[in-house]
Amino acid sequence: MSKILEIKNLTKEFKEFTAVKNVTFDVDEGGFFSILGPSGCGKTTLLRMISGFIKESKGEIIIRNESMSGIPPEKRPVNIVFQSLALFPMMNVRENVAFGLKRQKLSKSEIDDRVSDMLSRVSLQGFEKKKVTELSGGQRQRVAIARSLVMKPSILLLDEPLGALDRKLREHMKIELKLLQKELGTTFIYITHDQSEALVMSDKVAVMNKGHFEQIDTPRNLYKNPKTAFVAGFVGESNRLELKSRDGDFITTKDGWKLEKKGLDFDPEVLYIRPEALILAPTEDLIDISRFHVKIRTILFDGSNTKVSAIESTSGAEILISLPQNAKFENLKEGDTVEVGINYDDLKCY
Amino acid sequence: MIRSLPNSPLYKYTYRFYVICFFLFLVMPLIAIAVLAFNDSNFVALPWKGFTLDWFFANTDERTGLLADDGLIQSLLISIKTAFYVATLSTVVGIAAALLFEEEKFRFKGLLYFLALSPLVIPGVILGISILLTSTMAGSYLEEHFGWEVEFLSPSFWLVVLGQFSFGATYVMLLVGARLKKFDRTLEEAALSLKATRLQSIWYITIPFLRPAIIGAFVVAFLISFSNFNTTIFLIGSDPTLPVDLYSRIKFSSTPVLNAVSFLIVVFITITALISLFINREKK
Amino acid sequence: MENKKGFNITFYLLILPVLLWLIVLIVLPHLDLLISSFQADSDSGAKIFTLENYTAFFKSKIYWLTFINTAAYAIGITILAFIVTFPVAFYLTKVISKKYASFLALLLLIPLWVGELVTVYGWMILLGDHGVINEFLLYIGLIDKPINMLYTNFSMSIGLLYISMLFMVVPVMSTLESLDDSLIEAASDLGATKWTIFTKIIIPYSMPGITSGGIIVFMLVIGDYVAPDILGGKSSLWFTEQIYNEFLSTFNWGEGAAFGFLLLMISSSIIWLALKLTGQKLERVGS
Ligand SMILES: Nc1ncnc2c1ncn2[C@@H]1O[C@H](COP(=O)(O)OP(=O)(O)O)[C@@H](O)[C@H]1O
Ligand SMILES: [Mg+2]
Repeated sequence: MSKILEIKNLTKEFKEFTAVKNVTFDVDEGGFFSILGPSGCGKTTLLRMISGFIKESKGEIIIRNESMSGIPPEKRPVNIVFQSLALFPMMNVRENVAFGLKRQKLSKSEIDDRVSDMLSRVSLQGFEKKKVTELSGGQRQRVAIARSLVMKPSILLLDEPLGALDRKLREHMKIELKLLQKELGTTFIYITHDQSEALVMSDKVAVMNKGHFEQIDTPRNLYKNPKTAFVAGFVGESNRLELKSRDGDFITTKDGWKLEKKGLDFDPEVLYIRPEALILAPTEDLIDISRFHVKIRTILFDGSNTKVSAIESTSGAEILISLPQNAKFENLKEGDTVEVGINYDDLKCY
Repeated sequence: MIRSLPNSPLYKYTYRFYVICFFLFLVMPLIAIAVLAFNDSNFVALPWKGFTLDWFFANTDERTGLLADDGLIQSLLISIKTAFYVATLSTVVGIAAALLFEEEKFRFKGLLYFLALSPLVIPGVILGISILLTSTMAGSYLEEHFGWEVEFLSPSFWLVVLGQFSFGATYVMLLVGARLKKFDRTLEEAALSLKATRLQSIWYITIPFLRPAIIGAFVVAFLISFSNFNTTIFLIGSDPTLPVDLYSRIKFSSTPVLNAVSFLIVVFITITALISLFINREKK
Repeated sequence: MENKKGFNITFYLLILPVLLWLIVLIVLPHLDLLISSFQADSDSGAKIFTLENYTAFFKSKIYWLTFINTAAYAIGITILAFIVTFPVAFYLTKVISKKYASFLALLLLIPLWVGELVTVYGWMILLGDHGVINEFLLYIGLIDKPINMLYTNFSMSIGLLYISMLFMVVPVMSTLESLDDSLIEAASDLGATKWTIFTKIIIPYSMPGITSGGIIVFMLVIGDYVAPDILGGKSSLWFTEQIYNEFLSTFNWGEGAAFGFLLLMISSSIIWLALKLTGQKLERVGS
């Protein structure tokens, strides 16, 4: 696949504050690329540089092998879906979607065709004459996306477009967006602070923290093999334990919990363990695992996402463990002591 | 003290009495003008001698009503014409200034903004005399060095327009700027992102958003111009505007025809005000 | 917009008219005012540099007395305008119901837009020896000969107050509108007297509006000509009248420019002082 966007050492300095630090990445043609990071980490700034609304302090943006430096936003082959949607309140749905095409002086019939086609793709046929203020949140969302997509951009930039929706609708739009992207084949660059949005929809995710990229990877790898402590903590749920020392194949947490972890060649400072990586009552034949005992403190029932809060017996360290919803653990209750195991590989040390 | 707090009756009635007195004070001169516009007397004074419309329509040796008073009609028309040009010019430049100061970044912006606000705190007299001095100087310079006689550089209709525009634009800038502050800037960015040029985005998105403020500002600039005296008096040529005409008549020859024209102005302003109130109600 | 390239046309399209306006009609004229105030015609008719225009002012007692009198009146009327209108502004925003308030607020605007020539004329009709007030008082028998009110400092002050005070009401009302009633309720709940609430909460809160209003009122009064000229007496000492005379009667423009510049200086410095004392910016005055 060819690269549609290449970002090289991109940096943005505001007066005393560096919002984006030396970011380098590229995006494949037709890909769904997400940038995931906590709010304030510089995502919007990065996106606005790509779209041309702000000028980079250093670095280069290349779209389809063409440097974008000095090219104003209206000349770049990208469109944005804004965080606030920015629908034009003085226009109806049709006029909003047709706005960009009209600026390109296309023939009326072509504009009509493309607008109608796009509206039907986002299931908004019949809403042409509605005022945008009269639409529901999800419909407004779709108008904003249609308005940009109708321009046939090389790249569509989306800045937390689902942020304003309620949870149910967000879940639904996630799937719709992904399908729409697959169908159209447009390259999406999607910004979000919501890890689930990024993981569900993307081909690739960049995790951003304080202006720089921590890791760029597929959702699966990001989850399975976080390269930095930040990624381990930010993507998915984890138990975080600070470490005190390492002694050969053993590490000790601040609480004094000693665990076996083979194959370490540095002294880590912090340990991350995913709740679902912990195996309740491991069978004898499992190898390459650390074993310990915990006492159940309380059960946090949440359907398929049920966990137990437990205390490690020797140190009193607190951990969360996923509780598979099967008959085997149905009788587990507070105060019980159980054996727990974990693969060495699932002890993520940084 | 306020609606929700209890008050002693004495406090309440004293307060109400004061406010009533204030409004009486406010309307007294207007009512006096209105009443005497219909008094069947040759003097602008009581006693009441009966109702007449002479001061609007009469055309006799003794009484010249408003419609027959060519001088007054003439100055009224000049005032309207002046106000129209001033309002148009002020609106165009005022909008440009509002957009410039709200949306652009450039060197000396603070200084320029300060200058644009300065007409608020410069007495009208000063604006009048300094524009008079400059235009006269420029006029004589052009005449001496090039032999050109530039008419509008000596006191004239267009100099009045320029003089009133010098502060009219400030008011438009402030009124339009206030609305622009409420404008969601991402709408412009969205337009740019949809490949509109900057000018198109201003024309199709920003200006429609500003429309109510622009109309209001135009009216304000019109009224400011229509009632201006302090600056106008220095720049006026041979044709007086209504306030200048009123001034000389009040000083030297007042007859109830002045009441008649003043009464019409009051009526006109009241209707304009009511319309604006009505429009505001509608919007809510 | 930070990314300047490509936006240039718009920027120049916006800044060009604004620059023309400010340079041609504000900056140059005021520079010219300053320069002219140091010029006089020599015998041959050429312009020469001179300090005479200013020395004339300081040498002649009547000039600087007028100057001080005008400034003092302007300050006095500004304070009076505050005292007279503040209760009304408070009444309209906080006491009566919104429905009447918007109507009454509209009533406030009418004299403002009608223009001072008309309203000053109205006061002339009211205050004259045979004016409405005297005739009325004579009619009801309260007095037996007319009280002399017109062409005095009293009538001048009434006129000045009338034409300027509404410019105090409007900004004060808009700050009071944003004052949350619950602040006053809370203070009252905590046992504050009306006076305490007034001086400790309401006045400090509305200070920005009071300053804006005060500055506009002051500027209007100190620069006004119509009210002093029509309503004031022959002996009324009003500085703008001197300027009018220099320009329109005696045609001594150099001296007129000097007087104008002095007026500009005193009004700007008092306004500047007011802004400094209340810690405000000129930007607020406009809003
Ligand atoms: N124009 C600006 N001037 C100064 N700082 C800014 C500006 N724009 C954004 N920032 C700062 O840059 C940081 C990143 O902002 P942003 O890119 O909006 O974050 P995100 O979209 O990830 O929430 C924030 O700390 C913000 O305060
Ligand atoms: Mg953001």
